[in-house]
Amino acid sequence: MAPFIEIKNLVKIFSGRGFLNRRKAAVRAVDRVSFGIERNTVFGLVGESGCGKTTLVRSILFLDPPTSGEIRFDGTSLGTLSSRELRAFRKRMQIVFQDPNSALNPKMRIDDSLAEGLVNCGFPAVERDRRIRRLLDLVGIAAAHRTRFPHEFSGGQKQRIVIARALCMEPDFLVLDEPVSNLDVSIQAQIINLLLDLKNELALTYLFISHDLNLVGYFSDQLGVMYQGRLVELASADEMIRNPCHPYTRKLFSSVPGKQTEMEEEDDAAPERPGKKYAAGSAAGCSYAEYCPIGDRQCQAAEPRLTTIAAGHRAACFKA
Amino acid sequence: MAESDYLLDIQDLDVSFELRQGLARALRGVDIRLRPGEARALVGESGSGKTVTSMCILGLLATPPGRVNRGKVIFQNRDLLQLNENERRQVRGKDIGMIFQEPGKYLNPAYKIGEQITETLILHFQMEKKAAVEKALELLNLVGLGKNRRVLNSYPHELSGGMKQRAMIAMAIACRPALLIADEPTTALDVTLQLQILRLLLKLRAKFGMGILFISHDLGVVKEIADRISVIYAGKIVESATKQQLFDDPLHPYTQLLLLSIPDAAKRGERLRAIPGTVPDAERIPSGCSFHPRCPLAEDECQAGIPPDIDYGDGHQAACFLIGKKWLPS
Repeated sequence: MAPFIEIKNLVKIFSGRGFLNRRKAAVRAVDRVSFGIERNTVFGLVGESGCGKTTLVRSILFLDPPTSGEIRFDGTSLGTLSSRELRAFRKRMQIVFQDPNSALNPKMRIDDSLAEGLVNCGFPAVERDRRIRRLLDLVGIAAAHRTRFPHEFSGGQKQRIVIARALCMEPDFLVLDEPVSNLDVSIQAQIINLLLDLKNELALTYLFISHDLNLVGYFSDQLGVMYQGRLVELASADEMIRNPCHPYTRKLFSSVPGKQTEMEEEDDAAPERPGKKYAAGSAAGCSYAEYCPIGDRQCQAAEPRLTTIAAGHRAACFKA
Repeated sequence: MAESDYLLDIQDLDVSFELRQGLARALRGVDIRLRPGEARALVGESGSGKTVTSMCILGLLATPPGRVNRGKVIFQNRDLLQLNENERRQVRGKDIGMIFQEPGKYLNPAYKIGEQITETLILHFQMEKKAAVEKALELLNLVGLGKNRRVLNSYPHELSGGMKQRAMIAMAIACRPALLIADEPTTALDVTLQLQILRLLLKLRAKFGMGILFISHDLGVVKEIADRISVIYAGKIVESATKQQLFDDPLHPYTQLLLLSIPDAAKRGERLRAIPGTVPDAERIPSGCSFHPRCPLAEDECQAGIPPDIDYGDGHQAACFLIGKKWLPS
């Protein structure tokens, strides 16, 4: 059976024009990414900043339609929908952003913020009220606080409100883009517990982005690792943590602070250089070959594809 | 005055801010001691007073609205709070270096990296321009950017986040400070870079023997770098211990809960042990032990009085009435 969300060969190219309309090198932000998310599971997406996580997510939600590739949502291909149909479809997929402070309009009472989407979709006032009441209760905000403004809430409360708003449309798919990284440590666990409860209660499916690998490992069922726009490894969370195969994944997971017993010998040279950007079409070879400790000629010459190395575990590396 | 064993000795520091909403008590009697060459971490959530502490050490506290009510900040046998602005300038940047969370914000976008590094050298050591540039190249090499004139001639926006943080470290250590204050230096960086920067700081400490006051909210990061850790909650140190003691045998319920609430792949399927409630506002700090409204153990005693700092052996200090009382974190 096809998974609930299926992404096939997704490519997103940004081909901007520079100063005085000069042609600029196109950037392949997402490069042939394919994966699926089963219903009522959490897919965790990890990778460093700039690797294309957010672009991928925006493409999946059709906020920035992909350059090519297909997204099937519960059997429906989003690319084939008309804009009107897509609009209706959007109710089923929502997103929670990283920073609750900028996600809520400071001039709107939270009641109005929550109702905005519902008004837009033509729900009658009674139904709006019923849904908002129920959701605020679900995320643990007192109904008496409905008429307050965002600044009257703490960061954790604001994030709860943002989650409630995302759930207003009764979606079945929720993208969580670093939902707790702006919150205090003691509050993070509250929100994570809330998200897990909601997932079970409302049968939600999550696509979860985070740079906190401890958290991703705890929260996700499946994990995908992205590097420079490509998916380099895909496995269940347990398998990925126990047995990471791609050298980049290994490096990523060995960098988790607090996990080392001994400081390994240092890599002194900063491997970054100024102004280096990967460009479209520079696709010969593995994009990680340059930094890879086990890379060789083959890696420079040919591009590794995601191949199955064990049941449910795929990696894009010749050496895996 | 007798020579102190400590490089930095903060005693009973009490700072408040006059705000429109009322008096915000940012620090309520903070004690932190740091031996030469020691890496001490100050761990706390936002608003707990971490940054105010570092601002006091550097003499960067804006007064008003800020006010130091009590306390001393003794650095190399001088009370920094008693210095005038000129004397402070001599210390700041020379004997005490500082790196911040967002290198992009604290580097001046209008000046080249080289100019910003040589500025401190020229100011504090009256170096010739040419010698300062040579020295700056050495510093870049030291922080892992190589003897690279191109970096020296770059503007901050031309460098990546990790490079900017390295450049900032080069600036901070240019004058071989005895104390380096690092305020969340890796929070804005990716994990792989984070580890590189932490290692770099440890390497520099080994090389120069400087003390590091490392401010962070992330216990994982702190575990990598600190020798000793102080946990701050609502403007007061609640527990102070060596890294080993704190992670193996935390005494204060806040520390215990904080450690339990950290997600980990091994805890999959279990519910996280969340700390209920929110961090108190500095204007409305609860009476008695400031943690009592969120503490699962709290008794009447906790509401009534402020628990004293008690040493439980080997310098492991905690401020809680109920230490030793058994409770089962479910």
